[in-house]
Amino acid sequence: MSTDITIDPAHTTAVAQPGLLRSAMKLWRTRIGVALVVLLVGVAIVGPWVAPYGPAEFVGTANLRNVEGAWLGTDYFGQDVWSRFLHGGRSILFLASVATLIGFFFGAAIGLVAAYNRGRIDDALMRFMDIILAFPQLLLALVALTTVGPQSWLIIAIVAFTTIPRIARITRGAAVPVVERDFIGAAEALGESRLRIITRELLPNVTGPLLVEANLRLTYSIGIIAGLGFLGFATERNAADWGLMVQENRVALSVQPWGTVLPAVAIALLTIGTGLISDGLARTVAGIDRGRPDA
Amino acid sequence: MGILKLILRRLMLGVATLLVVSVAVFLLTNVLGDPVKRMLGRGALPEVVAARRAELGLDRPLVTRYFEWLKGLLTGDFGTSYANGSPVWDLLEDRVNNSLFLMAVASAISVPLSLFIGAYTALRRDKWFDRIMSNQLLVLAAMPEFVVGALLTVLLATNVWHLVPAVSRIRPGEPPWSDLDGLVLPVLTLVLAVTPHVGRTMRAAMIDVLESDYVEMARLKGLPERKVLWRHAFPNALGPTLQVIALNIAYLAGGVVIVESLFNFRGIGIALRDAIPEANAPVVQFIAMFIALIYVISNLLADVATILVTPRLRTRLQ
Repeated sequence: MSTDITIDPAHTTAVAQPGLLRSAMKLWRTRIGVALVVLLVGVAIVGPWVAPYGPAEFVGTANLRNVEGAWLGTDYFGQDVWSRFLHGGRSILFLASVATLIGFFFGAAIGLVAAYNRGRIDDALMRFMDIILAFPQLLLALVALTTVGPQSWLIIAIVAFTTIPRIARITRGAAVPVVERDFIGAAEALGESRLRIITRELLPNVTGPLLVEANLRLTYSIGIIAGLGFLGFATERNAADWGLMVQENRVALSVQPWGTVLPAVAIALLTIGTGLISDGLARTVAGIDRGRPDA
Repeated sequence: MGILKLILRRLMLGVATLLVVSVAVFLLTNVLGDPVKRMLGRGALPEVVAARRAELGLDRPLVTRYFEWLKGLLTGDFGTSYANGSPVWDLLEDRVNNSLFLMAVASAISVPLSLFIGAYTALRRDKWFDRIMSNQLLVLAAMPEFVVGALLTVLLATNVWHLVPAVSRIRPGEPPWSDLDGLVLPVLTLVLAVTPHVGRTMRAAMIDVLESDYVEMARLKGLPERKVLWRHAFPNALGPTLQVIALNIAYLAGGVVIVESLFNFRGIGIALRDAIPEANAPVVQFIAMFIALIYVISNLLADVATILVTPRLRTRLQ
């Protein structure tokens, strides 16, 4: 509901160089980001295989810092903190990546179609997107969980659905100036199909801003899904989940900090990693340092 | 186009948004799943389910129920809790106040703070303050609130220092300012969640404005730098930032769910969290609509404020 007087966030419309990722890797922030993400994704994927105990295996008295065979102690239920940590990243990463990917696909498609067609289709699509934006993502997820409970498909669907308008806006913003350019007119004159113009002419020219936004959305998807886990809505009962672990163990924070600190730091490093990658990409795409108008 | 007409148009758009949101909230809490089945569990006998459904009035047609609910929202009758039959408003009244207070304090601190940080880092662009702040904000912006809050608890309330209580202790019926110590961590977490976004937007807008012709012009006219900044640059940079502030106030309304749960703050956020496992749809619907209303109002105010604050738009409307 803010189209008339919004000063368009008008992201950069720089034409993406083929080596965008490679140029971004020249920045230290991107390198650190990639290192953090690789580390945490590695823990999440390999973790369950190397964990000394199962995710819900009882190993001793609850909330102990020094236990034989559990080097970081036990959690609120007497389970091994280290093992639960190693098991707890997979579901968050899986749900967040799938949801972001789906949202990215539809968001980019809607943004490109709106930018290419303009006029009524554009107006209608973007109005609808604004209405979805009226709701904080986490809140919509919570409302949807009310009658169904924390099911994986539902969490993926809601996070993907709420990611769409955010990606669509950025895509449209980046694509509108491209549509005005001569080569689009040339392609139309040559009689290329709409689909071809959108996918072959328009899309390659907005990949920069799109990649930045997709990365940023991934950061937020991880935050929301971890946040749902923290609120007690992890997809499986008794499963290890970094978000849920923070909730479970925070009461015993002063006697056994590891149960809270370890998963909290893991989520922090993971999101900082993806955030740094977004920033590195953004700087590379823009060529200048402008920060990002965003919410 | 007069300014009043524009405000009226915005207002109507806001009402339309609320209507669409109300349909979405109602459908999500009624059609997506069955609250009664979720409440009674899978093993419940069909007769029991049917009886409970009739008792709650859920056996009537969906459309009738929607309009009844909508009428209730407009007339201040927000329905009764599925869990214990008491009116939703009685259950939530003091929680609404507590949450509003929390949000108001967090906004009152974070908005000026982030505007200042944004403007100052733009002025000191690429100097050490800007570099450090930009990286700090980037890191903060990436982390989910509950992680920030949990780490703050470790740092300030339990393991490292014992400066403030780790949980809020507002008792039912007491005003939210009865426990100011317990307010520190929730407010701090929300401020840290919102400041990076607004700060970065302000910085970008300020940089744009500082490079603009009219700031150049003002400087060439020989106006003192302070006047150039506050009379010419700041208001123009505020325009685009206001929209982001509005979005972030709506975001705060969502963020309170996390922050309240983390610090056991007696507000609507915890009420929402607790209503979900009970499939307590009326409570969820009320809180969702309340937060949507906050979004619409803050957006409306931002739109009006943008016009008032941006000289170019102001003159165009006269």
